[in-house]
Amino acid sequence: MFDFYFDLPHWIRMALQGLAVMLVMFPIAAACSMAERKIAAWIQDRPGPNRTLAPILAWVPGIGFLQRLGIFQLAADGGKFAFKEDAIPGHVNKFYFVAAPIIAMIPALTTVVAVPFGAYIDSAGKLVPIVLANVDLGILVVFAVSSLGVYAVILAGWASNSKFPFLGGIRASAQLISYELSMTLSVLPVFLWTNGPLAGEPAGFTGSLNLARVVEFQSQAGFWGGAWFIFLMPLSAFIFLVALFAETNRQPFDTVESEADLVNSFGSEYGAFKWSLFYVAEYAHMLIGSAIFMILFFGGWNPLPWYTLSDLAHHLNFAHLPLVMGVVGIGIFIGKVLAMIFFFMWVRWTLPRFRYDQVMAIGWKKLLPLAIANLVAYTIGIALLYR
Amino acid sequence: MAVIPVERKPLTLAERTYIPQIVGGLRTTLKHLFRKPLTLEYPEQRPALPVGYRGVPTLVKDPNGREKCVSCQLCEFVCPPKAIRITPGEIPEESTNAHVEKAPQAFDIDMLRCIYCGLCQEVCPEEAIWLQNQFSMSGYTREEMVNNKAKLYELGGTLPDAHFKWDKKKAAEEHGNAH
Amino acid sequence: MSSDIFFYIFAALTAGSALAVVFTKNTVAAALSLLVSLVGVAAIFVLLDAFLLAALMVFVYAGAVVALFLFIVMLLDSQGGTRKPFKKATLFSGFVALLLLIVGLASFAQRGAQAAIVHEVPAAAVPVGASLRAYGEQLFTTYLLPVQIVGFLLLIAMLGVIVLSKKFEGLGDIK
Repeated sequence: MFDFYFDLPHWIRMALQGLAVMLVMFPIAAACSMAERKIAAWIQDRPGPNRTLAPILAWVPGIGFLQRLGIFQLAADGGKFAFKEDAIPGHVNKFYFVAAPIIAMIPALTTVVAVPFGAYIDSAGKLVPIVLANVDLGILVVFAVSSLGVYAVILAGWASNSKFPFLGGIRASAQLISYELSMTLSVLPVFLWTNGPLAGEPAGFTGSLNLARVVEFQSQAGFWGGAWFIFLMPLSAFIFLVALFAETNRQPFDTVESEADLVNSFGSEYGAFKWSLFYVAEYAHMLIGSAIFMILFFGGWNPLPWYTLSDLAHHLNFAHLPLVMGVVGIGIFIGKVLAMIFFFMWVRWTLPRFRYDQVMAIGWKKLLPLAIANLVAYTIGIALLYR
Repeated sequence: MAVIPVERKPLTLAERTYIPQIVGGLRTTLKHLFRKPLTLEYPEQRPALPVGYRGVPTLVKDPNGREKCVSCQLCEFVCPPKAIRITPGEIPEESTNAHVEKAPQAFDIDMLRCIYCGLCQEVCPEEAIWLQNQFSMSGYTREEMVNNKAKLYELGGTLPDAHFKWDKKKAAEEHGNAH
Repeated sequence: MSSDIFFYIFAALTAGSALAVVFTKNTVAAALSLLVSLVGVAAIFVLLDAFLLAALMVFVYAGAVVALFLFIVMLLDSQGGTRKPFKKATLFSGFVALLLLIVGLASFAQRGAQAAIVHEVPAAAVPVGASLRAYGEQLFTTYLLPVQIVGFLLLIAMLGVIVLSKKFEGLGDIK
């Protein structure tokens, strides 16, 4: 029944797939802003936004629950941002001022191409990952494209032509570059490990930074094969997590936005839709970052450690239905990513912000040596393992 | 004054990584996440006001339905932000309360000026002006925010009053000893 | 062929933004033109199936190096200014550089024509997955010496920056 889809030209299918992923990601990123407010409220013993309801929907039974969750507040906020006057201050550099939020969206929505988010078993009995572009360079593409995200903040800070946004831009560029090093070094042990032979693979394996392969590696049989990398390399996971918090400018590394000392930093001069684009981009970065973290250290779309998606499919007897398996895999993966997003927010409403010099000291004096030591230790260990 | 030097213990390794403290903090916030909200859902749920709450100043009538204010203007004079404006006047002849006391012709309290200090209530010799439990005043124009006499009596209502001063005064006058 | 069209688009983008880097007076705009130019180069690498180089180009140069450039440019906040006339030595060395460039391009084109490999590179014959491993092996075997030398040069440059920026007054400051 889906034959007509596979008859379409390749590029149209690619465009449709890309659009579909974006259509899932964009609303989730937007909904995260509401989740942030609700979780903040619950942690602070408040109910949070719970009033807004479109009057024409009031008759629907059970809609009060959605109203209490603030779903319609989100729609109202979105509508407000769309229809608000989009003021451009007189003192800004107009071209870059308008370009910055657009540039923010590009890496935020592009990185998803290399991130696998599910798997199914094809007719040959082989596990096939669901991903827009199953490239060998996986993690490198994600890192490369997401590293461009810093330009949006730098440009916004510079083009705003006022002091607080400028300071925010400077902080952002320094902070992102500082933590990118630890982040890259912390994932190397994972890829050293996954470049070992998979079970039943010939010895002459090829080097790969593919993310789907990492998940495949965590879905092998046996105690060591099925263990998620969080159990095998907790220190790597910790360093990656800390660097991820810093890269996405989340508390306690929120020195870039830091309302208390920089007003709203690079967002200070922005309003309406342009401002909201920055925040959607920020949440999209968080989503991608969480997805990478889940793939690298928490087994991707596998429901439990030592219990893979294929096991689940065989137990519940839907392994022969690629569509069902794909949907279940994607569902599990999105669930894990959202749990990670919850962790981000939970930490945000728990910890205070580090001072900027502390952020730099942690990044360069603590995290980077730790990451290097970790890399050396695992390199030796993995070399001995695969000898 | 004795100075007691307190030795500050160096932080242990676990403390310097912040991690135990962070975990402790996360536990605390997780507890709060599942706790019932401490807030009131305001328009439906109202806070329990304590006795002696100083809300919007109102004028009250005595149990017989007479206005207690005699337009002495003490409140007008004492009011720090000058929110009160009184136009004194006589009570008309045909009223049952005539000849006893004076009464305000107009009594305006500008709620945009009022600071809810309660001095008017304190100074009033007739116990006619009371800061009651009404705490939410809103309006779309400045004029709406000025409470006139009718509004003040509507907000104030009747307070129990053991003195019945008006009755006593009237009786005294009828007996011929007015003062 | 569609990849030819893409090549022309990205080549024009790369060359155009490279010219903009040189000719624009706004330093921030120059740094951003450099960014566009580097992304264009990465795109051309993609057209050549050199995905690893493209990713590294974006990651290292576009992602980090230009960000540092911008960082410095923004801190200095220099807006154009008067341009000094070139010295004779500068003009001469510029001329020599131009000649060298022309000679290099000419020899490159000639050798390319001789070998006639321009359209012969079988894209499908090179296993894409092998590129990363092959790259690593080459780096640590055939090109180990150049890599070490470049690394050493960078180390010297870094030490130089530290010495220049620290402003040592005397030997006593070095600790």
